[in-house]
Amino acid sequence: MASTMKVHEYQARALLAEAGVPVPQSSVVESVDDAVAAFNKIGGRAVVKAQVFAGGRGKAGFVKLCDNTDQVRQAADFMLSNRMVSVQTGAEGIEVKKLLVASAVDIESEYYVAVVMDRAKRCPVVMVSTEGGVEIEVVAKEKPDAIVKCWLHPHMGLLNFQCAQLVTKLGFTDKAQAKAAAKVIRGLVDIFLKYDCALAEINPLVRTTDGEVLAIDAKMNFDDNATFRHKKLQEMFDPTEENANELRAKEFDLSYIALDGSIGCLVNGAGLAMATMDLIKLHGGEPANFLDVGGSVTTEAAIEAFRIILSDEKVNGVLVNIFGGIAKCDTIAEALIAAAQEIGFKIPVVVRLEGTNVERARELLEAAKIPQLIPAEDLTDAAKKVCAKVA
Amino acid sequence: MSILVNKQSRVICQGITGNAGAFHTARCLEYGSQMVGGVSPGKGGTKSEHGLPVFNTCHDAVKDTGAEVSMIFVPAPFAADAAMEAADAGCSLVVLITEGIPTLDMSRARKYLDDKGALLIGPNCPGVITPGECKIGIMPGYIHKPCENGSKSVGIISRSGTLTYEAVWQCTTRGISQSTCVGIGGDPVKGLNFIELLGMFQDDPKTDAIIMIGEIGGTDEEQAAAYIQAKVTKPVAAFIAGQTAPPGKRMGHAGAIISGGEGTADSKIEALKEAGVSVADSPATIGEAIAAHL
Repeated sequence: MASTMKVHEYQARALLAEAGVPVPQSSVVESVDDAVAAFNKIGGRAVVKAQVFAGGRGKAGFVKLCDNTDQVRQAADFMLSNRMVSVQTGAEGIEVKKLLVASAVDIESEYYVAVVMDRAKRCPVVMVSTEGGVEIEVVAKEKPDAIVKCWLHPHMGLLNFQCAQLVTKLGFTDKAQAKAAAKVIRGLVDIFLKYDCALAEINPLVRTTDGEVLAIDAKMNFDDNATFRHKKLQEMFDPTEENANELRAKEFDLSYIALDGSIGCLVNGAGLAMATMDLIKLHGGEPANFLDVGGSVTTEAAIEAFRIILSDEKVNGVLVNIFGGIAKCDTIAEALIAAAQEIGFKIPVVVRLEGTNVERARELLEAAKIPQLIPAEDLTDAAKKVCAKVA
Repeated sequence: MSILVNKQSRVICQGITGNAGAFHTARCLEYGSQMVGGVSPGKGGTKSEHGLPVFNTCHDAVKDTGAEVSMIFVPAPFAADAAMEAADAGCSLVVLITEGIPTLDMSRARKYLDDKGALLIGPNCPGVITPGECKIGIMPGYIHKPCENGSKSVGIISRSGTLTYEAVWQCTTRGISQSTCVGIGGDPVKGLNFIELLGMFQDDPKTDAIIMIGEIGGTDEEQAAAYIQAKVTKPVAAFIAGQTAPPGKRMGHAGAIISGGEGTADSKIEALKEAGVSVADSPATIGEAIAAHL
């Protein structure tokens, strides 16, 4: 799988609310008039926030604190009629379709609460910090002691004493507030375990001037391997900010990631696919993509793989690198020939085959006499040839 | 000698009547592995297409065949449970080939196996092979070279399947045999890792040198580097895939992702070099890198 499924802030808020974590009153809207109506319903100050996955919203002007309906109208109109451009979107920016209008609260202190999978310890870890409202990577770097961690037993989850410890470390002494903070931590852990999260984060969690404990912003990513058992998450999936080719590849069980270079790659196996990109770079070229066709690739999927690679206009050479194990070299050779006939290669395709049925594959390719197909002796030879061709 | 599996290893296949399970059981039998039976719920009492006895449960299979290893081809939603069943039935080694298992399932299964004292290889891996003796998994057998008297042998540990074949082939064509090759898999939560296997190869008299193949994501290679510095006296060569991988993208393997600045190829390469490991800068020179030590 090429990515981790994300949900929008408003969807993450809904999951929090479902788990009993208090969030400020809010509405999701798609028009300026509805934004104003939502503001009036909240009564008082509100924040208008563009619902996109890309970061850098605040700097781009797509998060606005509003005191009156004119400001709401102006902010909503700006966000819905302009494309958002930030460091994470690229120059073309992205379209904003949904806005969250949420009640603004008076903050006394900000906290950070998150659950992630700790690979080294092989279990989920709860992380809390009193340094809320800033990026946790920055805190981890500058004040690592300010992050308190608590590892979950894989079979028992969050134990009562652990939850109590975390609440104490966050400095909640008032009984009602401590109880509220415990409910937030417990709720976030429940979401993580129930929906197979890769990350569940509340940043910031705040204590308001009137002593309320509220989750202001949340971010959730999910384990792609587990979405099959979560219908609710499947329904939340929003493909608008995904790369079209990456989605297309997924339908054919291909693992594809678009990059910026000019040499397309078609490889079997994720490790070998990464190593092939590295090899191209080592010989002076730039890879245009990561593409793992997998172990049991069909001719149809291989043809589709070529279509995807060649649809990238930056590509002016392709390296096919196959070490046949389960995937047989002759299957790949047949697919290569079929693709050449169906799509037609206008650019050089350097082919390096090794492993199962390689002799038969070489015979097939030789007999097909496709001028753009250039056979390579070995890995290094393949990389040198393709880099020389596109140089 | 070798590590983990040998001629005597008795192996069952969970999922033996499925496409992949049946196909690869046949390839393992051809290679000479002692496949002694299989598990397929509801099909107990029948014979597989290979003529092996099929059982409804792992417990029945282990009781009847005396198997100590299970090779699992069960579909992802049920695979972690299958691994736990194998451990509960008394298997001391569980080789989990299946790709796409939810990470939380693996977290629970690994803990369960640890508590039972069973070793796990995988998931999302090619398996384990002791060339000339026993192949458990999906790797092509013929590319390997068995240990012979007087030949130099390497042990191989790898997070990648086809990249392992690449390294094996480079060794074989240079006349270097392999003691045991272990594919530890591309998932973030898994069974045996670099450190445990480095220890086993260090203690194995048939292993003269070690190749480790890592990739971006996590800090396993950095930890392995520290272990090598402290405990491994045999020569080690390495390759790390993903030097050109962009951060924040999962590169095919669930575990291959650079996140929050952690898990970069550069960090791993630097740590390994500091530990005295010969790090190949190209996937084409892994064999060359280890040959220099033999």
